[in-house]
Amino acid sequence: MSAVQTHPARVIVAKVGLDGHDRGVKVVARALRDAGFEVIYTGLRQTPEMVVDAALQEDAQAIGLSIHSGAHMTLFPAVVEELKRRKATDIVVFGGGIIPDDDIATLKNQGVEKIFTPGTPLQDIVEWLRNRLPERSPAR
Amino acid sequence: MVERRDRSVRNLEDALRDRLRQPGVVGFTGAPGTGKSTLVDGLVAHLRAEQTSVAVLATDPNSPFTGGAILGDRIRMQRHALDAGVFIRSMGARGHLGGLSLATRESIRLLGAFGFDEVIVETVGVGQSELEVASVADTTVVVLTPNLGDGIQMIKAGILEIADIFVVNKSDLDGHARVVTELRSMLNLAGPGASLRGGSGPSWKPPIVATVASRQEGVAEVWNAVLAHRRHLQESGLAGKLAAQRMKDETADVAAELARERARRALDEDPTLAGRLLDEGLPYRTAEEILRRGPIMGSER
Amino acid sequence: MKVRAREPEQAWKQDYESSPEREDGVETSTISGVQIKPLYTAKDRPQRDEEFPGQFPYTRGIHSSGYRGRLWTMRQFSGFATAEETNRRYKYLLANGQTGLSVAFDMPTLMGQDSDAPTSRGEIGHCGVAIDSLADMEALFEGIPLGEITTSMTINSPAAILLCMYIAVGEKQGFPASKMGGTLQNDILKEFIAQKEFIFPPAPSMRLVVDSIEYCAREAPKWNTISISGYHIREAGSTAAQELAFTLADGMAYVEACLERGMHIDQFASRLSFFFDAHIDFFEEIAKFRAARRIWARWMRERYGAQDERSWKMRFHTQTAGVSLTAQQPELNIARTALEALAAVLGGTQSLHTNAMDEVLALPTDKAARIALRTQQLIAYETGAANTVDPLGGSYFVEALTDELERQAEVYFKRIEALGGVIPAIEKSFFQKEIADSAFRYQQEVEARKRLVVGVNEFTVDDEAPIDILRIDPRLESEQVARVREVRRKRDQVACSRALQRLEKAAAGTDNLMPYILDAVRVYATEGEIMQTLIGVFGLYTETAVI
Repeated sequence: MSAVQTHPARVIVAKVGLDGHDRGVKVVARALRDAGFEVIYTGLRQTPEMVVDAALQEDAQAIGLSIHSGAHMTLFPAVVEELKRRKATDIVVFGGGIIPDDDIATLKNQGVEKIFTPGTPLQDIVEWLRNRLPERSPAR
Repeated sequence: MVERRDRSVRNLEDALRDRLRQPGVVGFTGAPGTGKSTLVDGLVAHLRAEQTSVAVLATDPNSPFTGGAILGDRIRMQRHALDAGVFIRSMGARGHLGGLSLATRESIRLLGAFGFDEVIVETVGVGQSELEVASVADTTVVVLTPNLGDGIQMIKAGILEIADIFVVNKSDLDGHARVVTELRSMLNLAGPGASLRGGSGPSWKPPIVATVASRQEGVAEVWNAVLAHRRHLQESGLAGKLAAQRMKDETADVAAELARERARRALDEDPTLAGRLLDEGLPYRTAEEILRRGPIMGSER
Repeated sequence: MKVRAREPEQAWKQDYESSPEREDGVETSTISGVQIKPLYTAKDRPQRDEEFPGQFPYTRGIHSSGYRGRLWTMRQFSGFATAEETNRRYKYLLANGQTGLSVAFDMPTLMGQDSDAPTSRGEIGHCGVAIDSLADMEALFEGIPLGEITTSMTINSPAAILLCMYIAVGEKQGFPASKMGGTLQNDILKEFIAQKEFIFPPAPSMRLVVDSIEYCAREAPKWNTISISGYHIREAGSTAAQELAFTLADGMAYVEACLERGMHIDQFASRLSFFFDAHIDFFEEIAKFRAARRIWARWMRERYGAQDERSWKMRFHTQTAGVSLTAQQPELNIARTALEALAAVLGGTQSLHTNAMDEVLALPTDKAARIALRTQQLIAYETGAANTVDPLGGSYFVEALTDELERQAEVYFKRIEALGGVIPAIEKSFFQKEIADSAFRYQQEVEARKRLVVGVNEFTVDDEAPIDILRIDPRLESEQVARVREVRRKRDQVACSRALQRLEKAAAGTDNLMPYILDAVRVYATEGEIMQTLIGVFGLYTETAVI
């Protein structure tokens, strides 16, 4: 039996805004790869438009954002808005970084499904994504 | 959808058949670290300056153990983000032995249908991926660099045979001249048009173009070489023959993939079959029986 | 039959080997992976002449009197939303015993953007103060005489601009540039390597750094022109040896660039300073600081031929490791910070910033900031750590570890040299890959519970009461935007355009740009306008990311 899944789930991980702290997003990217996902890291200084456009071109199922600059209350909702505008609300938005608990509740109401706070084990992120992303079945 | 071998792709292709344009297809291959992505990024810029729309299919290998991959080409082409005339799709090779995903050919047709003038296919030169690239592209470009370590002799023979164009990137580095010289002498030794999987015939001598892709140097020359090769294919009548060959190759590959899936499914789902195989130890007979049986009802796409 | 008495070392070895080991499975190597023996003895002491503080190569410290002569500077990094608020915090800290100021800027300022730029939206004031023009700088230091304090400014790509603003404020207060004391971070190489706040490509970025060093050597000799930083490299995930090696390599790159400009080593070397992390693996950090001084002194004297002993003496600021703080049970961070600060003191730092316990989540509250400052005061006055110079000198363990870190750094120097130097190594993503690998390896060790993080993967609690964190008032963003527009409206537009044009012309040539930037700053050209002018000439840098 082939060890390779034929339909790995595809995830975009990105840093939106001016923040350049990429240690976390790179560690998460590696962990997702090791867990069998296809990961596309779009780099630093992305705008919400760039991230969503990439997600559409790449037919990604999820977008993970990493924000340490405090600008999460502006940038996360902007990504969710852009997904609405491009009619791609089936793409799951999740993220991590320096985000206080109160803000997490607000962001969830705005369409961000999950925020992983500092210290979250990588395995938790992997498990959550695995459970959340639907089976990529061949027949639509 | 194409990557997932979705049934609806066939419907889509039927619907688009009238609009199926043939985009120009150029393949890029070469060892990791040769700067292929940077070069392709430069070519995209060059093409966009001429109002040509371009799609890039970039393949990275999936881990054979976990199936996962970090698809790292898009990030090298950041300057084209949000340009509607550029489409970038990162693909995992997904266990396909050749390194190119099976979906590539279909994707190319669809991209042509959606109006892209050029399709650039980029793969990392591991395994047999050079051959795969040559089988989907009109023109195959092989990218090398001066710091090859053991020298050019270590390059697999297959590369010399499928390259329509050679690019020596990072040509600002020491050793550039030596790589070019060695390449030239190997080409001369190999004789004109040595081999022919996708080969361009005896009258095409692959040019060697020097580039410093990070500085956009030599990029225009690479494209000119591509166009010259295309003209050669048209004028020599090879274009048609190669297209026909590719169509046959693709069909055979798809048939092989369908058969493989059918076999896997049968072995997984039919315990009698699997049991007999293990008792008798006759894989060939079992395989023929599977093919004879035909598709499991409703399972094939 | 007489039982032969065991030779003591043999005896210890036998006893140790026959005694049980702890069963927690936790790594006994340092968090950088340096193997640590259970015991160090006189045999581990390096064969060298006894070292003394204040004497080359300064392993034991650059001053003979250490902290007996003068305590380290307690310099707490801070900045919030607006210049006025930050000004208030500065006055609060100065009144509470802080001895030097340190400015944190917000992201748009760090990235050379005005507050009303589209990409500044949502980013204003979150991690520091917004400075768009000289007007903001004047408000920041209102009532604080610049000629009588020292200030550290943490900014990199636009550093030259902020320095000019500082000088211009000093001028208005009646102090000449020659009286200005402080430090500018201005370390662009580590931006390419770790912090990623680069704007221009490496070559023009280096030019600006050398311009500022050259200018200060002449006009502002009390100013520390650069704070060559390991902190960010370490926070990005490097090991202690990598932090040490990459930082010192960057330092050498700056030295070489200045020498190439035609300066003499002793003209500028004494004003180069360093900035290190104080991480949680206590002894490794102390060894790192001592090794750093020794390596730098040797290179300055033997490789670069510096003759003034001030050029040999490495001075550094330290910040306790932000990355070691946890969001879980944040009060524990007070203890972590205290231990890290102690390591920095035992390592002989010249100045120190201690993190506040809530900094994993937000900018610190007043109370948390005060506790952080008090931690330093406690170390200085209650623990006795400042009562003797280099207390751990001669320790078998610490001396062996110092030597080991020095050795590992030298291996890295050779690798960097083989790649052609720091900038070629950056372009080949050498540092970035080392850092990403170390970061991932550490994370795997934590996940495998080979390293414990109290409160995170061990000794956790389920119900944690949320602590109060500081919130930036969102109105401040629109106020700042209005402010910069007001400045643009009110200034002498003609003088401003002229100054920017002259700057553009000079940037395309080879003049030292500092005087041109000063002129532009004085007529209230905004930071964004100055940066845009320079970007027009220098271009923008995009990194080739490695995961």
